[in-house]
Amino acid sequence: MSKSLNLFGGTALGTIAVLTMAVNFADRNIAGFPDNPAVMTAIAPPVLSGGLVGAANASTGAGEGTFGLGRPALPEEIAAWDVDVSPDGTGLPVGSGSVEDGEMVFSENCAVCHGEFAEGVGNWPELAGGDGTLANDDPVKTVGSYWPYLSTAWDYIHRSMPYGSAQTLSDDDVYAIVAYILYSNFLVEDDFVLSNENFLEVEMPNANGFIVDDRAESEYPMWRTEPCMENCKDSVEITMRASVLNVTPEDEAAETAEEVIEAAAVASETEAEPEVAAAVAEAEPAADAVDPALVAAGEKVFGKCKACHQVGDGAKNRVGPILNGIVGADIASVDGFKYSKTLEGMDGAWTADSLAAFLEDPRGFAKGTKMSFAGLKSAEDIAAVTAYLASFE
Amino acid sequence: MSDMLKPSRRAFLRGSAAAAAGLTAAGAARANEPDPLITEVQDWAMSFGDGVDATPYGLPIQYESDVVRRNVEWLTADTTSSINFTPIHALDGTITPQGCAFERHHSGAIELRKEDYRLMINGLVDTPLVFTYADLERFPRENHVYFCECAANTGMEWAGAQLNGAQFTHGMIHNMEYTGVSLRTLLGEAGLKAAGDLSDKWVYVEGADASSNGRSIPMDKALDDVLVAFKANGEALRKEHGYPVRLVVPGWEGNLWVKWIRRIEVTANAVESREETSKYTDTLEDGTSRKWTWVMDAKSVVTSPSPQSPITHGAGPLVITGLAWSGHGAITRVDVSKDGGKTWETARLAKPGEKMALTRFYLDTEWNGEDMLLQSRAMDETGYVQPTKAQLREVRGENSIYHNNCIQTWHVKPNGEAENVEVS
Repeated sequence: MSKSLNLFGGTALGTIAVLTMAVNFADRNIAGFPDNPAVMTAIAPPVLSGGLVGAANASTGAGEGTFGLGRPALPEEIAAWDVDVSPDGTGLPVGSGSVEDGEMVFSENCAVCHGEFAEGVGNWPELAGGDGTLANDDPVKTVGSYWPYLSTAWDYIHRSMPYGSAQTLSDDDVYAIVAYILYSNFLVEDDFVLSNENFLEVEMPNANGFIVDDRAESEYPMWRTEPCMENCKDSVEITMRASVLNVTPEDEAAETAEEVIEAAAVASETEAEPEVAAAVAEAEPAADAVDPALVAAGEKVFGKCKACHQVGDGAKNRVGPILNGIVGADIASVDGFKYSKTLEGMDGAWTADSLAAFLEDPRGFAKGTKMSFAGLKSAEDIAAVTAYLASFE
Repeated sequence: MSDMLKPSRRAFLRGSAAAAAGLTAAGAARANEPDPLITEVQDWAMSFGDGVDATPYGLPIQYESDVVRRNVEWLTADTTSSINFTPIHALDGTITPQGCAFERHHSGAIELRKEDYRLMINGLVDTPLVFTYADLERFPRENHVYFCECAANTGMEWAGAQLNGAQFTHGMIHNMEYTGVSLRTLLGEAGLKAAGDLSDKWVYVEGADASSNGRSIPMDKALDDVLVAFKANGEALRKEHGYPVRLVVPGWEGNLWVKWIRRIEVTANAVESREETSKYTDTLEDGTSRKWTWVMDAKSVVTSPSPQSPITHGAGPLVITGLAWSGHGAITRVDVSKDGGKTWETARLAKPGEKMALTRFYLDTEWNGEDMLLQSRAMDETGYVQPTKAQLREVRGENSIYHNNCIQTWHVKPNGEAENVEVS
């Protein structure tokens, strides 16, 4: 045991090796690409001289003198977890997806945050556009304008999207979504089909836009100097103040206290309100004339909610609560679901009006709600989805 | 409820301004009236306080309820993929308590039981292995104190002075004592002969949460000082810091410190994951971007006085204090300027600097009650001197987002208030 530890060397040696590595990066940049030293086109792993890996290489084998802890990983286990995809296509499963299919899958699973055209909603990332903006004051970094490798998009969508329902997409759906994102960036035509076979043929516009960290060359020599201690400047003027922008959060302790006091006052003033709300809730289902067309339209709108909510037979709480019988139910009353404090603290029921207000602007209606949904812009969509939800008891 | 009666920061500042105005002369003021806190018997001197077990796991006393992490809501779309900030303006020493150490999640802080925890090592190894939490506890352990700084710390300040408080400008940092197993040991257990020449190999590390937050780390670093840690400051990692097991990558950007780490794969190349291409890459003025900018360069900030920690005692003796750190090794010196960088004096380090750990500095000084433009400037053992914002902008422009280690300026006014400013 101590043998293998000794062979790998101590920390003091390690620090030297890391510094050497940084210098080697710079050397490689300059020597390898004299015409265009700033741009590296290939993946260049660090070239190392000696250091820890040298010591490890010299070892007769790192498997020696082990502790005998852990157990061999089974092939099925490795297959389940080792799903990363590399720029050379390593890890890509067999499959394909078209732009056309991608548009639908994207609309259902991604558009809630990323917009129907991958343009981004609110503060959520935009995935398309930004071509030629990287040198601007405000660069727009999207899959099209910035991402150097297509494998990154496939890997990330497959592993971590949709947000809140990761790892629920089929491989073909992932191909389709990636194809649609390429299309949204005008990088492929509308009849394009992406597959594991043509994956590496797609050219990413910013593939050559990256250099390996060059601080050791471009910065450190300038800033490893004896610093000035006296008469370092002739004059000093304030050129900018944070108070001008005024974007710093206020003292939350004081603010929260004020909010609590205000909320308490409001609550005592309007104690009658829950009854009013309940009365409205009762009145709602009485308007029994269900419009099948509206319910059908609502089912379509509900596609935007499906990533997080289930409704109907066998529905379960997922990222969001089960929505059976939600219209008319008390706010935050679904068993076994952990609501935000805000919703939990709200009195009243989900009436057509309160649902509409919530769906139009979730965080405006319930500041702090965990529902990460930008909101439905159209009143028709809201009416439709409400009718659809009301059709489930 | 009683903390609701605390004066707001504004009221506090008004009070301090009055105090500053009233106290023009340095030295102890004479008391005109006896202090009732001394002359009258107080409740706490007569009756009981809490017994043991009142709080089986203690929290700070109610009077410190403002020393908490804070979020800047407009920065991100949602709190599950977001960041908050350590209240560095209110802390002293160097160790950050876990409960107020900044959080950065890409898919929220998950709850993963030790019993359900598995760590897989696969790829170019002799025997792919699976470890349980109990397995990890049977390897030789190490203890180290390291800072963890998000690459985006101070990132909102590239284009100008923006956020008014050290917590917000520099609070994406914490410093803890970690207990864990060296990654070198675990890789050795799986065996690296299969990897052949290690000099161009990598490890790809990923978490168990929905974001996975995969990152590629060159083998040289992996075999150097990377820890697979399960304790911080003596106790289990808090949920938000990766319970039960996280990666610790000393001196390198926080995004590499994968929480809830579930898999370590030895690879021939960098995976070029989302977090190492579309994010955590630094765009320069010409639109080219740096990648693999892992090391956090030397940096420092005055934590007090600062906008959230104004001077409340008027002219006279003043402790100026702050933090310094470097991903290249130990801090060797910190200089402080009161005039925006015209003249500097060397501060006192509370202890000699430690490698890749926070260093506390003090300048024990006399304040004459006049305006100050307070700055601090760190130097590390490689001789690197923390640059000004102008120096950084000259090389990188204003769009880098990450790795802003510029010298910070606080304008301290005669009433003791401080503001985040930029100076020529």
